[in-house]
Amino acid sequence: MADFTSPFWSIFIVVATIVSLVALVILFAVFKGGKTSSGAAEEADTTGHVWDEDLREYNKPMPSWWLNLFYITLVFSVIYLALYPGLGAFGGILGWSQIKQYEEEIQAAEDTYGPLFNRYLNEDLKTLARNPEAVEVGRRLFSNYCSTCHGSDARGARGFPNLRDDDWLYGGDPETIKTTILKGREGLMPGWKDIISAQDIDDITHHVLSLSDRLFDPAAAARGGPIFQSYCAVCHGADGAGNQTLGAPNLADDIWLHGASKQRIVQGIGNGFDNIMPPHEAFLGEAKSHLLAAYVYSLSAN
Amino acid sequence: MTATNVPATGETYNYKVVRQFAVMTLVWAVVGMAVGVLIAAQMVWPALNFDVPWLSFGRLRPLHTNAVIFAFGGSALFATSYYIVQRTCHVRLCSDGLAAFTFWGWQAVIVLAAITLPLGITTSKEYAELEWPIDILITIVWVAYALVFFGTLKRRRIKHIYVANWFYAAFIVTIAVLHIFNSLAIPVSLTKSYSIYAGVQDAMVQWWYAHNAVGFFLTAGFLGMMYYFIPKQANRPVYSYRLSIVHFWSLIFTYIWAGPHHLHYTALPEWTQTLGMIMSIILLAPSWGGMINGIMTLSGAWHKLRTDPILRFLIIAVSFYGMSTFEGPMMSIKTVNALSHYTDWTIGHVHSGALGWVAMISLGAIYYLIPRLFGREIYSVKLIEVHFWTSTIGVVLYITAMWVAGIMQGLMWRAVNDDGTLTYNFVETVQAMHPFYLIRFLGGALFLLGVLVMVYNVCKTIAGAKPTDAPIPQPVHA
Repeated sequence: MADFTSPFWSIFIVVATIVSLVALVILFAVFKGGKTSSGAAEEADTTGHVWDEDLREYNKPMPSWWLNLFYITLVFSVIYLALYPGLGAFGGILGWSQIKQYEEEIQAAEDTYGPLFNRYLNEDLKTLARNPEAVEVGRRLFSNYCSTCHGSDARGARGFPNLRDDDWLYGGDPETIKTTILKGREGLMPGWKDIISAQDIDDITHHVLSLSDRLFDPAAAARGGPIFQSYCAVCHGADGAGNQTLGAPNLADDIWLHGASKQRIVQGIGNGFDNIMPPHEAFLGEAKSHLLAAYVYSLSAN
Repeated sequence: MTATNVPATGETYNYKVVRQFAVMTLVWAVVGMAVGVLIAAQMVWPALNFDVPWLSFGRLRPLHTNAVIFAFGGSALFATSYYIVQRTCHVRLCSDGLAAFTFWGWQAVIVLAAITLPLGITTSKEYAELEWPIDILITIVWVAYALVFFGTLKRRRIKHIYVANWFYAAFIVTIAVLHIFNSLAIPVSLTKSYSIYAGVQDAMVQWWYAHNAVGFFLTAGFLGMMYYFIPKQANRPVYSYRLSIVHFWSLIFTYIWAGPHHLHYTALPEWTQTLGMIMSIILLAPSWGGMINGIMTLSGAWHKLRTDPILRFLIIAVSFYGMSTFEGPMMSIKTVNALSHYTDWTIGHVHSGALGWVAMISLGAIYYLIPRLFGREIYSVKLIEVHFWTSTIGVVLYITAMWVAGIMQGLMWRAVNDDGTLTYNFVETVQAMHPFYLIRFLGGALFLLGVLVMVYNVCKTIAGAKPTDAPIPQPVHA
């Protein structure tokens, strides 16, 4: 068994456990003895020791219900050790393991619930997005698996896209959404601070702000424009409208995944981003991902 | 047993260090519980962390646990063990200087904890958060404590060692071993170190330590208190000597195995989980042995509960002890643990032990000690009554709120819809617990209020009092 580096340690555990249980029984059995006349001559029952002027001890018998309680827990333990892993490398008569228990429970759930999801698998996503039952199942799946990052209302959080605004990094048609869920996405923007000077980054920032008509310094934006064209346009486009093939965000729409302030934009250009949406194919399977795609699509399509 | 050659006693007991620890017990009770009430309030009104890092829950929670366990509980253990070991051995502490060192050293540890934890300096090991320089100081103080305790025991004038001292001895020795091995770490700077254990071994050592901190710090030590103050206050002999032997040895022997029940259904090997579970179940009877011996000591003197609020503190403490030590083995069963683990049920369980058992028996013991240490009658018995009821209601509110919240939380986590999806998302479970957090806050606040009543009562008692040092009597020949 992998838990032990050598058979010695398994034997050591077995011996230590059994010796300990036997020692406990001996302890209880040895001191149980001796009949006492409870009640009759109480004073005579004290051990005779006196401490601190008046501290004495009776030596009454241990309550039998209490002794029985001990023996019951002991018998329970011995049976449990026979049935379940505990005595070193001995795996127990039942052959139980927590991994097996987990796999059985997951399999049972799969058998029970799998068909519920599978029956939607062949339906067109756009149709499914208008099916209230399917959307409800999708909503529940979403609150189980997606809400941790995207929020229970799917409105996202800083760094985690809002799924209700019909603005898409990688495209919003239902099949693309499904691909995003199944395969995951990684949006990588390199950090530029070692390549572009702080002054130039500041100028680029003013140019970016100008794209969505926000407050900007026209002189700085004018200087930043050409720099934007040489470093940024290759992904974000000459007009800053982004590129869904790369997941490069639209910089002209006033939706700011990582914060709208000028400072956040400067930091973003300097440090870059690595935005990961994990793939869910192995974890959720296609049927659940299909329903999730329908649900997510329904949030902005209807 | 006859006494050995006793010198004509003109000696006195060292009450000074007992007085110091007894007073600090109350000071740290107020501090530790006040922090607890604050973080309980933060759970209800999160804005109460004021966006100040030092006041955030993550930093104040270890401050709360360290303050109530090691500052309040620790001071109570020092005070009572020094008192009891002297009185039951009929001898003064073997070294006044070392005893004084343990007092000032222990207070220094607590002050350092109160500074470093809010600053975020932590090992992140639960109940062992203090960084390595403080750990070393703890070790030095603890060795001094052991020298004083065992040195005094060695000089005893009565051959038989009283049962309370067995429990204190087990507590002192085991805590030393636990503290040293769990705290082994490699320092990288004055305020940062890394545990020498990695991965699941680290987790196992951590819970071996933490569960035995419960077993030896919060149980064995306080059973020592129970064995002295209940028979003293009730003026009755201990119920059964033989029961005390059996439950003492079985308790300390079995407890040391129980830690893995904190790591059910984890990467910990299954055989380890199982041994932790079965030993926790076997622990039920040894634990109840202490409860039986405490409560049955009252047989023939039950009427005293009506008139003596101090005795009531001690007896309700033992009752809560019995309840927690039933709940503990039950929660260690894997199937139950699968529901209770990671929920607030655990918090409720801990507090039925910490407030109901540890705090109640300590406060009862301090009520017993104060008049004897200061040579004054207690200022108001009526106020002890008020304290008793305030705190009892506080504990009951606290633990029932956490039972309901925890079990509800566990059930909500596992509730599924017809399609197998989870019925509730996380924030819904948090919302559902909100009212119970409010009740828990009120329960904790009531408990603290009771302690404040006690502080007032004790201040009134000792104001202007001349500290007394009791003469050492000749041991009784029997």
